[in-house]
Order: sequence, then C-alpha cells, then structure tokens
Amino acid sequence: MWVLLVLVVLVGLWVVSAYNGLVSLKNQAANAFKQIDVQLKRRHDLIPNLVNAVKGAMDFEKSTLEAVVNARNVAMKAEGVKQVSQAENALSGALSRLLVTVERYPQLKATGNIGQLQEELASTENRIAFARQLYNDTATQYNTKQQQFPTTLVAGLAHAERTDLWEIEDQAERAVPQVDLSSR
Amino acid sequence: MIGFVLFFAWLGFGADYIWWLEGGHPFPWLGIAMATSAALGVWYAYKTGPEKVLWSTGATELTDPRTDAERQLANVVDEMAIAAGVPRPRVWIIPDDDPNAFATGHDMSDSHIAVTRGLLALCNRDELQGVIGHELGHVKNLDIRLMTMLAALVGAVLLVRDGMGRTMSGSKSRKSKNAGPLIAALLALWVLSWIFAPLVIQLLALAVQRGREYLADAMSAQFTRNPLALASALAKIEAADAPTAAIKRGAAHLCIADPLGRRFTNREGWLADRFATHPPMSMRISRLKGMGYAELKKAAQAPA
Repeated sequence: MWVLLVLVVLVGLWVVSAYNGLVSLKNQAANAFKQIDVQLKRRHDLIPNLVNAVKGAMDFEKSTLEAVVNARNVAMKAEGVKQVSQAENALSGALSRLLVTVERYPQLKATGNIGQLQEELASTENRIAFARQLYNDTATQYNTKQQQFPTTLVAGLAHAERTDLWEIEDQAERAVPQVDLSSR
Repeated sequence: MIGFVLFFAWLGFGADYIWWLEGGHPFPWLGIAMATSAALGVWYAYKTGPEKVLWSTGATELTDPRTDAERQLANVVDEMAIAAGVPRPRVWIIPDDDPNAFATGHDMSDSHIAVTRGLLALCNRDELQGVIGHELGHVKNLDIRLMTMLAALVGAVLLVRDGMGRTMSGSKSRKSKNAGPLIAALLALWVLSWIFAPLVIQLLALAVQRGREYLADAMSAQFTRNPLALASALAKIEAADAPTAAIKRGAAHLCIADPLGRRFTNREGWLADRFATHPPMSMRISRLKGMGYAELKKAAQAPA
C-alpha cells in the first residue's frame, strides 16, 4: 500500500518536472526566435546610415549601393517566415557584395569611414548568424526532448509541437563570402 | 562557502577551547565572533566582490568606444552575448600590455567582462571572439559568482591573518606557562591553521576552478563554432610570457590564463594539479584542436 503511494508521488513529481522542462524550453525557443527578429530589425535600421556614410566615397559603385537599399526595402515589407527569410537572405547577399566591392578598392579603406563600415557590416551579419544559431540550438533541444522517451509521454500534456529550424535555402548564401577583415 | 564558514568557526572555537583548558572563560565568545564575521565576510564579498575585483585591476568601463579596436570589442561582446543567449555584460578595459581577460559579476543579468589592452592588440577578430566566448561561458555557468566571492575572500583572509598575527605575538609569553601536552598540540594545530588559512582558501578555490576552464573552453567553441580560433588565441596568450602586472594574486583564478608568470600551468603532475589555477595550456589547446578537427571532418563528410 505504502509502496504504491510512494510510487504515485514519485511519478507525479516526475510528470511535473518533465512538463515544466518542456514549457521552459518552448519559451526559450520562442524567445530565441524573437531575437532573430530583433537583429534583423537592427540591420534594417542600420543600413540607411551605412549607405549615407559611404555614398560620397563610392560614387562609382552606385548600383551596388542601390541593390542594398532595394533589398532592404523589400525585406522590410516581407511577411511570413518563408518570405522574410528569402528577403533577408537576398539582403545578406547584397551586403556581402558591397563588402567585396569595398575590398576591391584598397584606397577606400584608407578613409576612416570604410574601416568602420566593414566592422559594422561584419558585426551585423555575425549577430544575425549567432541569433539564428541560438534559435536552432534551442529548437533542436526542444524537439529532441519532446520526442525522447519518456518525456514524449507528457509532450501532449504540455502542448509541445515540433518547431521548425531556421534554414538557409539559397545555395549562394550557404557559401560564406571570404572577406578579409583582419586589419592587423 | 559553507566550508569557509566552518573553517573560520574552527579557528574561533579552537581558540576558545584552548583558553578554556587553561582555565579561562567558559563561554565561546571568540568562536561565535569568528563564525559571525565569516558569515558577514561571505555576505560582504558577495555584495561588493565584482567592484573590488575590477577596482583592484584598475579597469575602466568601455561606455563610449572611440578607436577601431574598442568598437570591435564592443561588437564582439554583443555578438557573443547573442550567441550565448545571455544579457549583454558590461565591458571593461584594463590598461596592461600583457594579454589576459576575466569575467566577474553576480549572475547573468549583472555580469562584467574585462580584457587587457594587450589582448586587443594581439588577437584578431576571430580569436577575440573565442576569448569572449570563453568568458561568457563562465557567465552562463554562473562560475563568476563563486569565483568572484573566492577572490574577495582570499583577500579578506590575508588581511585578517596579518592583523591576528600582530595581536598574538604580543600575548604569547603569558600563554605558555602551564600548558599540558594536549593544549600544546592543539595550540600548535590551531596556529598552523592560521598560517595556512590563505592556502586552504586557495585550495578550495582551485578545486572548483580547473574543471570549469575546460567547460568554458568547450562552451566558447559551442558559441563561435570555431574552436581553432580560441586555440590560436590561447597559444598567442601563452607565448606572451610576461606576467600581467595589473592582476594581483587574489583575482588570478578569474582570468582566462594564469596571470602570475605561469609557474605551474605549464607542467602536469600531482603538485601542479593541486596548485595551478588553470589546467596546463597545452592540454586546453589540444582539446580545442580535437574539437576543431572533429568538426572539419564532419563538414568534409557531409554532402555539400
């Protein structure tokens, strides 16, 4: 009789802790997803400043700058995960082309603005990449947890559902542009 | 922390016992006083630890980055905070030419990362990322709280010991009048504990510490996905052999690399294992390289 009671209490405690673990992971994943948004928004806000800063020095590369501005405007209007990720990937591509262009003109690097621009661009891209990485890591942890036995038994109770990972569809985006940023 | 309070209680109650054996007062005033002051000390160290540690290194906060290197540091810290999923720590710069870095603070939402100017000059962006990732690993594991308290406590014990030593030498002649062998032995043991007090605290600190370094290295690799960059940063830090003058003994175990001239950190073995604040650098680098090559291998096998 006592053994049974102890068993029931133990199982109850386990259910509570597994349930709470799942809920906590779910919220962490949601928060990490929001972080990507925050970083994308930051990039949108940054681009006008960056473009203004180099406009004068880069008169001869107007098209590259325009491509960046256009991609940014498209990305700001995009809605839904699929559209957003496509537009953002296009913006990343435009920005990396801008970086490559800057690299092609060593005399540009002499101006203080350009060095700063490179650092800011690299940092912005890194922030987005790291935010994605955190989201994917957390989401993977969440997905794994809810599929594993015995946590899977309480997954329904906690309304746990598989979350999608943030994937890079564009093949060109997958190939990281090699930009030498070491100023030392 | 409990060990620390108990140790102090032993120091205090031991004194009472010896006094009592000699026919002194019956109530353990000293023991209670010592235990209370130890508890107070722990609380005080917890409250003011991070400030004290930063102050002792002469660090200044980086609020308004001016040079390229400073801007890069601020950006890298932001990036790694995103990767680690922790609130952005405050950034401090230590005016010292030797490369080193440490993290301190109470918890994830109140953390500080300090790096020396030497580190900024020595490392490229990727390597800096690795180092900051390592420090944020400490932040995320909450190592910083324990390590900072230990740093503050080691300092406090040294201070108290020096003060006690002075009072004791004044009252020595009176005590040894009719001391039986038991009292003599106890007294000797008690005095020895005082002499070794800093050492005991240090050993406590070290016991917790060394495993955490490997863990923080691994977490840095998880955040940056680039363990080889941290390995090369560690190799560079190791090669710059001058001790970090700005970082004193008390804060040594907070740093990414032992700032005290690396007496033990280069060797392995029992003695080194007990006394070094950090695992041997060569071991850390080889573990990181192991991670790096495993990743390269995986990438090579994966369908492109």
